[in-house]
Amino acid sequence: MVYHTTICNMKKILIVEDESTLQKTLGDILSQEGYKVVSALDGEVGVRLAKEQKPDLVLLDLVLPKMTGFEVLEQMRSAEDTKGIPVIVLTNLEKMEDIQRATELGATTYLVKSNYELQEVVEKVKTVFGNS
Amino acid sequence: MDFRRIQAELNIVEQAKKYGIPVWQHPQFLFLVMGLLIAFSSLFMYALGVRLVSDPQVVALGILILTMVLLAIASVIERSFERLAEAARLKSEFVSIVSHQLRAPLSNLKWIADLLVAGKAAKNQKEYYGLLKENSTRMQNMVNDLLTVSRLQEGGMLTQEKSFSLEELVDGVVKNFAPVLKASNITLKVQQEKGLKVFADPVQIRHVVSNLLDNAIKYTGKTKEAMVKKSGKKRAITIISVVEGKKAKFTIKDTGVGIPQQDKKYIFQKFFRSANVIRHETQGSGLGLYIAKSIVERAGGNMGFVSKEDKGSMFWFTIPLSAT
Repeated sequence: MVYHTTICNMKKILIVEDESTLQKTLGDILSQEGYKVVSALDGEVGVRLAKEQKPDLVLLDLVLPKMTGFEVLEQMRSAEDTKGIPVIVLTNLEKMEDIQRATELGATTYLVKSNYELQEVVEKVKTVFGNS
Repeated sequence: MDFRRIQAELNIVEQAKKYGIPVWQHPQFLFLVMGLLIAFSSLFMYALGVRLVSDPQVVALGILILTMVLLAIASVIERSFERLAEAARLKSEFVSIVSHQLRAPLSNLKWIADLLVAGKAAKNQKEYYGLLKENSTRMQNMVNDLLTVSRLQEGGMLTQEKSFSLEELVDGVVKNFAPVLKASNITLKVQQEKGLKVFADPVQIRHVVSNLLDNAIKYTGKTKEAMVKKSGKKRAITIISVVEGKKAKFTIKDTGVGIPQQDKKYIFQKFFRSANVIRHETQGSGLGLYIAKSIVERAGGNMGFVSKEDKGSMFWFTIPLSAT
């Protein structure tokens, strides 16, 4: 019974990332921090899982097969049930216009992968949950 | 220092080379021509005007012709500015693609290291070491490709041409790929003319053949299971090598995702990646075919392709036959 309640209180994070290495490292560390992790390797699956699984947070890459991260963000924001889910954009694109576009589309935070340590990303995740 | 800069700016020949446009299309050169033309023709018109005051029609006609010539030059100048802008755009795109493609494996490496250092990979340590190796190889391949491109462009590529058997080389490459072919459930058919000898650098040609086979496998493997069943066609690749005139022709045909019409003209360009390819995977340097074509052309051959979206592609190249 105790086990059951812990599962229910666990925050669920969806990682949309086509780099399997990052998918794994991020997934591993976040599970160790006590989050439930769901993964998508492309944009289409990402949108579908966001709708089906209703995660508490989405970590989204921008350069993705099938559907770009921008499109994923757009679709998530236009659907009623995924509208309010916070999205941390996690990418290697660092042009001003990309950052602006993602922010306009409703990204909560924008992180350039190579500028962050793994632990710092975990901290950002915690901050999002702390503020929500 | 400043003087040198001015000198460099005035060195039109050097600049035209840098931007990859002919000298006569360089804006500065054209402005110079235009200026000289205006100066001389003004003098000429003045002289003509003084002599033929009685016949203003001739003067008017002269001015008309002059105006037309100047307009033509102006339009060429405009176009050359557009080309300069295009060259600058390509350059910035180059930088952004390279940095993105190099950064991906780099951030992978960094995060794996973060995890290992923090001692948080306890259970999967071995797997993470494997990932370290995989990502450093990917990084190495990307850097190697970039170096090859720069050597190809500057002509510093070391080439050791000799006579060798294309048949044996292809067989060798095919053998290397056997496990991948099996894993991707692709049937490979090889039809080669016996004893086909060519004259080129075998290391480089091996690179070309490997690249083409790798592409064929990658994009044939991407066709959906449902589509394979529907069309009744199996995933298959066919390699054919024959003598054609004074050259050997190597052809590789796949039943892969094919190349969309609008992407065809860019396929051999540096860093170009077809929309069809990105739809299936975002990794890859976008340099493979550019390098392959450059190698083949340097060896005195040619490369081309025929492709239909969703049906498959056929890439071919020719290289000179060995004289002996």
